[in-house]
Amino acid sequence: MGAPMRDDLVVARGIAVAYGGKRRLGGERVGAVTVLHDVDIRVGRGETVGIVGESGSGKTTLGRALLRLIDIDAGAIVFDGRDITGLPESQMRPLRRRMQMIFQDPMTSLNPRRTVRRILVEPLLFHRVARDGADAERRVRQFFDRVAMPAACLDRTPHELSGGQRQRVGIARAALLEPDFVLADEIVSGLDVSTQAQALSLLKTLTHDLGLAMAFISHDLSVIRAICDRVYVMQGGRVVEEGRCEDVFAAPRSRYTQLLIDAIPLPEIDPGWLDRDVAPEIE
Amino acid sequence: MNDPILSVRNLSIASGLEDRAPILRRVSLDLAPGEALGLVGESGAGKSTLAKALLGVLPRTVHITEGEILFDGHDLGRLARREARAIFGDAIALIPQDPTTALNPGRRIEAQLTDGLRLRRGIGSSEARARALSLLGEVRISDPERALRAYPHQLSGGMRQRILIAAAFALEPKIIVADEPTTALDATVQKQILRLIRRMREAHRTAIIFVTHDFGVVAQICDRIALLFAGAVIECGPTAEVLAAPKHPYTRALIAAAPRYDRPNAGLAPVPESVVAQLRIEVAADHGRPDAG
Repeated sequence: MGAPMRDDLVVARGIAVAYGGKRRLGGERVGAVTVLHDVDIRVGRGETVGIVGESGSGKTTLGRALLRLIDIDAGAIVFDGRDITGLPESQMRPLRRRMQMIFQDPMTSLNPRRTVRRILVEPLLFHRVARDGADAERRVRQFFDRVAMPAACLDRTPHELSGGQRQRVGIARAALLEPDFVLADEIVSGLDVSTQAQALSLLKTLTHDLGLAMAFISHDLSVIRAICDRVYVMQGGRVVEEGRCEDVFAAPRSRYTQLLIDAIPLPEIDPGWLDRDVAPEIE
Repeated sequence: MNDPILSVRNLSIASGLEDRAPILRRVSLDLAPGEALGLVGESGAGKSTLAKALLGVLPRTVHITEGEILFDGHDLGRLARREARAIFGDAIALIPQDPTTALNPGRRIEAQLTDGLRLRRGIGSSEARARALSLLGEVRISDPERALRAYPHQLSGGMRQRILIAAAFALEPKIIVADEPTTALDATVQKQILRLIRRMREAHRTAIIFVTHDFGVVAQICDRIALLFAGAVIECGPTAEVLAAPKHPYTRALIAAAPRYDRPNAGLAPVPESVVAQLRIEVAADHGRPDAG
């Protein structure tokens, strides 16, 4: 059985991104560092796709390029059948609600001086998802019930919440806007395992119930395996392997993927683990 | 167990501020010579506070309220300044968590790596340099001469962590406290560093206290595990036993909460509220402040 051919929601082809450098007269760029080389990626409707790699692999840059948060130097991005590669911001704006982002660190992505209520209600009014303040409040409360957040948290500011609660507010902020696509960038990496399990199962339920497509960026293959349908493995700005999680984890084709899998210590005694398949000590 | 090299007896630590919950509650632990003990727990469990107490770097706002830390005939909580200098950072050394902030950005590696040898051992700078070169070779840095001349920012994170490991072993300590030494590293680098720590520990017969939140890491490197919750040791035993047959429901739940790539269908179960609530009651009853009982 091949990969299930779903209806594609986000398709990016031949993406290249370079940072820095100077542009000479005539547009030629010199001295730039290329962080993405010719990357192809697609996310089907309702599908959860993992993007995994180590630091410097380009996973965060790729995620941001998909949302058109950074400019790309080559390639094309199609969202819901429409080429958005060169779309001016005025025409991007109506699409912004449909592509949301959940940030790594809710402590820095949520305004520390605003109450949780204001953080959640304002985007609903701005994007006209809610008819009025009362409608917005009703939606927020409904969502809080669903994710087991006490309504009392609405009157608090982000620093008065626990790490897990803050992360749920970050998820709520994105999900309440009824997007088609969310980008989640390392959103569970700072959390304790119990809180992480809670956040992951919440995401899994939400994407399923709302039919949300998600690109889930992580350095942690175990987390990817737990919630993703498909995975892209990145190294040095290139996709080195792509496939259904089942297949990639059972029989990785790339040597690098195998190395990443072998680098995860499992919570059981495995006397040979430390000596097996260690990356060459190139330092 | 052989005569322990370090013995923590009924150690309680509390914040100096009024009405604060204790940070450590009557913790008792022994460390055998050359043993690797994993201190495991979620954030706020007290593992870092215990590590700080062992290194003599508790913040001024917290105090040892009860118990003792016995090392080499001394109680580490009640040392004279002169004794403290011979133990902390010397007989008991640290491998820090974050290789980017642990090194002084304005000094070359040579100066930082030879500080201890020159200032604490009175070794001349050319001999200290020779020792530093041999240590860098031991931690598998391919061009030690170049590394000695470098400033920290010129080196990769993995390389800086190797240098910090070399620095920790420089004075031949009896005990090394490794505080989440691989948490900030990529997985493939983590594995190299874990292997390096094991090799160094075997070569130098150093005991290690390995602070981590990752049961996978302890499984590969520690002989015993002590699991902390709310400042109390909940379970302590040989690694194989604790992992394969945890006695406490909290231990079991915590191990099960971490996703595993080899068991995708095991579910994502947070530690049940009931287990945590029960544990809080147990901890408060068994390990409460002495004046509360």
